[in-house]
Amino acid sequence: MSRQTPGRSKGLNGWLLSTPALILLLLAASGPLLIVAVYSVLEKGDYSGVRWILSGEGWFRVLFEKDIFDHTISLADANLSIFWRSFKLSIATTVITFAFGLPTAWFIATRPAKSRAFWLFLITIPFWTNLLIRTFAIMEVIRNQGILNTFLMHFGLISEPIQILYTDTAVLMGMTYVYLPLMVLPLYAAIDRFDFRLIEAGYDLYASRWQVLRGVILPIIKPGIIAGCILVFIPSLGAYVTPRVLGGGKNMMIGNFIELQFGQGQNWPLGAALSTVLLLVVLVSLLVYTRASSRDNPNG
Amino acid sequence: MQRGICILSTNIAVDARNVGKIYGNGAGAVTALGDVSIAIEKGEFFTLLGPSGCGKTTLLRCIAGFETPTTGTIHLSGRDITYDPPYQRPVNTVFQSYALFPHLSVAQNVGFGLKMQGTPASDVAKAVERVLALVKLEAFADRLPQQLSGGQQQRVALARALAPEPEVLLLDEPLSALDLKLRKEMQSELKRLQTETGITFIFVTHDQEEALTMSNRIGVMSAGALLQVGTPHDIYESPVNRFVADFIGETNFLEGEVEGGQVRIGTGDLLAVDLNGETGGVTLAIRPEQVSVKAADAQLSGKITEATYLGTDTHYTIGLGDGSHLVARVQSNSVAAFGVGDTVGIAIDAKAVQVLKS
Ligand SMILES: Nc1ncnc2c1ncn2[C@@H]1O[C@H](COP(=O)(O)OP(=O)(O)OP(=O)(O)O)[C@@H](O)[C@H]1O
Ligand SMILES: [Mg+2]
Repeated sequence: MSRQTPGRSKGLNGWLLSTPALILLLLAASGPLLIVAVYSVLEKGDYSGVRWILSGEGWFRVLFEKDIFDHTISLADANLSIFWRSFKLSIATTVITFAFGLPTAWFIATRPAKSRAFWLFLITIPFWTNLLIRTFAIMEVIRNQGILNTFLMHFGLISEPIQILYTDTAVLMGMTYVYLPLMVLPLYAAIDRFDFRLIEAGYDLYASRWQVLRGVILPIIKPGIIAGCILVFIPSLGAYVTPRVLGGGKNMMIGNFIELQFGQGQNWPLGAALSTVLLLVVLVSLLVYTRASSRDNPNG
Repeated sequence: MQRGICILSTNIAVDARNVGKIYGNGAGAVTALGDVSIAIEKGEFFTLLGPSGCGKTTLLRCIAGFETPTTGTIHLSGRDITYDPPYQRPVNTVFQSYALFPHLSVAQNVGFGLKMQGTPASDVAKAVERVLALVKLEAFADRLPQQLSGGQQQRVALARALAPEPEVLLLDEPLSALDLKLRKEMQSELKRLQTETGITFIFVTHDQEEALTMSNRIGVMSAGALLQVGTPHDIYESPVNRFVADFIGETNFLEGEVEGGQVRIGTGDLLAVDLNGETGGVTLAIRPEQVSVKAADAQLSGKITEATYLGTDTHYTIGLGDGSHLVARVQSNSVAAFGVGDTVGIAIDAKAVQVLKS
């Protein structure tokens, strides 16, 4: 092997070797984003697609609507309620998965080393099945003639089926189920690294159980909490399959709304503008999170 | 075994009565503490000394509240605390692993206990400053624990446990992770802190030298039992049995038989020692420094099998006629140096010999 100028040739080789990957990344990741951004500032086509004329209409329609007859401008309430629902459901999903995920991750991390792998394996089983199939399975459980209602009625707890399917509750249940592993895994990783002797140190220094949780455990596993929340919140915000199947046509989230613009709505610029907004929201929340975590832990 | 009750509670900080601890149950049960009773006085530097696995940590954890004794009770200043949770006991621990909170600065670590007790922030700040000065760490208040050396972390752990001014401070082998020089430094530092604060220290170690130099009293433990409690002088000069004598410092043991007020040892020689009322088979415990080596004939004679020069002292291992050995420690410059193979006379300071039941 030639060993002259190792530094330079290595760097050059590195670049050469990674070029195909870089090109692929550029094309696969940035290309579509660029197209979306460009489409958002074009005029909508007659049936679908775009006309190559610059227009702010797509962006305008994200928040406002114009009356067809008298051209008065007003806030697009329908859009706003979809944004609000998406945001609300994503936050709720994050909070609920955290509430369930923390005890679960704690349980796994405190098992003997031998059985931990088994519990982690159980957590990952859902990943083996297609999301759509899992979502339909939930539908089977919560629909009016489904397992849950049949069970409750059989034992006389309710006299007629509870309507869960096609409500926000159904969407929330579905998303909680789907995203729970994404919360559990980073939390587990953080708790696994946690030094349990610190809990005794906390008790020894007059901290109650609650104070030990708040003052010792949570701050130390915070990186895991942040990672889990990001991993749940971001896909929740863009969820498509779950709200579509469990929320029915009415209870749309942003993902469904975007799809609508590219399909039946035939308004590609609006769809593209909405996609860009979603992307920006995700970027901003990521930034806020990293800021928050780096400020609290200046040396971590 | 109701001894604890008779003692005036005003002088006693920790009073453990018949404490037993069994871990697990059924076939896998481990008896960590048998039946330990001990009364530790206020303001005392008390050391628990014993080999690994004898139950020192377990006893400390029962006092701290991390373990509940299987039997017996623990009183703190006359109050029964056997079942109180750790956060309700005015007892703090210096952990062997330090267990400093990695997300908090040195000052926040030290102030943690006071903050949890609901002390106003300004008072916490004052106390933290005072305690950090006590352990000479004022300059490090804003550092995180991982930015400190081992010895500094040790001092933070100490400061953190001292800040709430506990009635009793528990220290579980706090110095074992430090190198020899730092260890010596911290030993005198600990002693100074104990004297300055007047807090009762219960210190765990398996280093007998550390125990002898630092303590007011020592409790020697073995296999879950407390064998002897006493001042370093008592323990060293009059160990109650062979185990204690062996554990505290180096000791020679000679088996013998009481015969007409003297003890006949294996070589056939008679030694005039203070029998202390013992009869029949006895064991003589003789410290190496109580054995002197002479060129001329003496009480006993033997052949040097090993000579180790240790600077001021020299250790001679001397083989006796019956195959037993005696180790003698003599000041290197007090006698002419002997060599391996020399036949020497041995004199034993009879008054210092401990007679133990065999
Ligand atoms: N949680 C536990 N479960 C079962 N057995 C235990 C537990 N903790 C300690 N033991 C056992 O109890 C006995 C006493 O242990 P302990 O930790 O008190 O010893 P120690 O004197 O502190 O020893 P060392 O000097 O090595 O720290 C040992 O035999 C130990 O194996
Ligand atoms: Mg121990």
